[in-house]
Amino acid sequence: MAEEVVLMKGNEAIAHAAIRIGVDGYFGYPITPQSEVLETLAEQKPWETTGMVVLQAESEVAAINMVYGGAGSGKMVMTSSSSPGVSLKQEGISYIAGAELPCLIVNVMRGGPGLGTIQPSQADYFQTTKGGGHGDYHLIALAPASVQEMADFVGLAFELAFKYRNPAIILADGVIGQMMEKVVLPPFRPRRTEEEIIAQCPWATTGNKGRKPNIITSLELDPAIMEQRNLHLQEKYAEIEAKEVRYEEINCEDAEYLIVAFGSCARIAQKAMEHAREEGLKVGLLRPITLWPFPSKAISDRAQQTKGILVVELNSGQMIEDVKLAVQCRVPVQHFGRLGGIVPDPDEVINALKEKLIQK
Amino acid sequence: MKEEIIIAGFGGQGVLSMGKILAYSGLMENKEVTWMPAYGPEQRGGTANVTVIVSDEKISSPILSKYDTAIILNQPSLAKFEDKIKPGGVLIYDGYGIINPPTRKDIRIFRIDAMDEANERKMAKTFNMIVLGGLLKIRPIVSIESVIKALRKTLPERHHHLIPMNEEAIKIGMDIIKEI
Repeated sequence: MAEEVVLMKGNEAIAHAAIRIGVDGYFGYPITPQSEVLETLAEQKPWETTGMVVLQAESEVAAINMVYGGAGSGKMVMTSSSSPGVSLKQEGISYIAGAELPCLIVNVMRGGPGLGTIQPSQADYFQTTKGGGHGDYHLIALAPASVQEMADFVGLAFELAFKYRNPAIILADGVIGQMMEKVVLPPFRPRRTEEEIIAQCPWATTGNKGRKPNIITSLELDPAIMEQRNLHLQEKYAEIEAKEVRYEEINCEDAEYLIVAFGSCARIAQKAMEHAREEGLKVGLLRPITLWPFPSKAISDRAQQTKGILVVELNSGQMIEDVKLAVQCRVPVQHFGRLGGIVPDPDEVINALKEKLIQK
Repeated sequence: MKEEIIIAGFGGQGVLSMGKILAYSGLMENKEVTWMPAYGPEQRGGTANVTVIVSDEKISSPILSKYDTAIILNQPSLAKFEDKIKPGGVLIYDGYGIINPPTRKDIRIFRIDAMDEANERKMAKTFNMIVLGGLLKIRPIVSIESVIKALRKTLPERHHHLIPMNEEAIKIGMDIIKEI
């Protein structure tokens, strides 16, 4: 049977994918522009079919701590929110990273700082990739650029989260959350049984009959042990950096100018690239799919052949810092961004490319 | 084939749902589609707009600088989008509430008095389908059969008895649209 193609919003795709891949629990609190995640789950009533728990918590802080608890017992649990709500979750996220638990956080970004606006933004790049919460930790950060990737990355995020016992985050924005596109949803997979969870997660608090108690905590008062824990985390992060970098290259083979952009900006930049190519400009696009681990090597390799790189973001210049670190001043790296919820159109990107790099 | 369309008007005119029906109809023909709304408080009484792209090929940006076709249903939207139509493109507007009509000479301009027609026939709820009919007359992006199929697929069964009325509205739209 042919796969069924449906038309839906990115936020709806997240909810449907979560039900289908057998997520055990969702804990959230509504906020524009991601409210359709919780709304779709409420509409679908998965508690009547798969047994998935869907709970509107009293706050974002409560929601992330419910995730912490669920993850500790080896369950597939997730939360979603938008920028101000994700700020509230940061303490919990740091604890989950410290306790080495798998879970999924979804951030459908809006413009800030503060309560900001409900329009799209990518200004939480630093928060996502450089910490957000306290301590030396990393989230595995996936940046979808289509509704299809919103659906696909739910499964991928959980796969990576469980593989490395590390929280994963899907970093989308209002464009990807609100637009409708064609999507093929993942096939239905039953939720894991208690026995399967015990087998997969020997570290989880699953009831300690016949074994020593498992303790889930991020607390360790002895600094000598705490340093060892940190070193272990760093080792794990190095492995993730070595194995899990994902990116997409379009028209890069002969590119004289490179655009680096993620998420919705990559889509806008792609159209800009198409127009630029029609004008005879050899422009390529490199789209980081994992924002952490960052595709530094791929960007460094491509930088060799280019005359300049334009980083396009819905912020005042965040990912550009990682691009510059990768490029190490070998070619000019310029930034183009719109702020506070304004989304540029493809012409603005072409003009920026010409002004900042080509005509220089 | 690739058609890049902006539909703009007041919140409540059925701008977003018209775009949705168009996108679903494209899906029925196995085309690539994106539907990108201007979301948020804009929808409550202010202006509402949605970008719909229907294409044979994979679509890059859901956000556009210029449009092949603009469907304009109020004056503020005309001011906002008239200059963003590609030369040789199409502008369709409803005469109701447009005091200053479009002035460009390098595009094709069509007027459809869908609001008046819908009110006269006591079919106010099918206003946006009359406009859609007008669009499909000028730009046959999808077939009427696909639109009906899309309606059948997306409307809950209890509303299926309204589909013939919608089909009639599309045909009215095709009849009353005229080039300026």
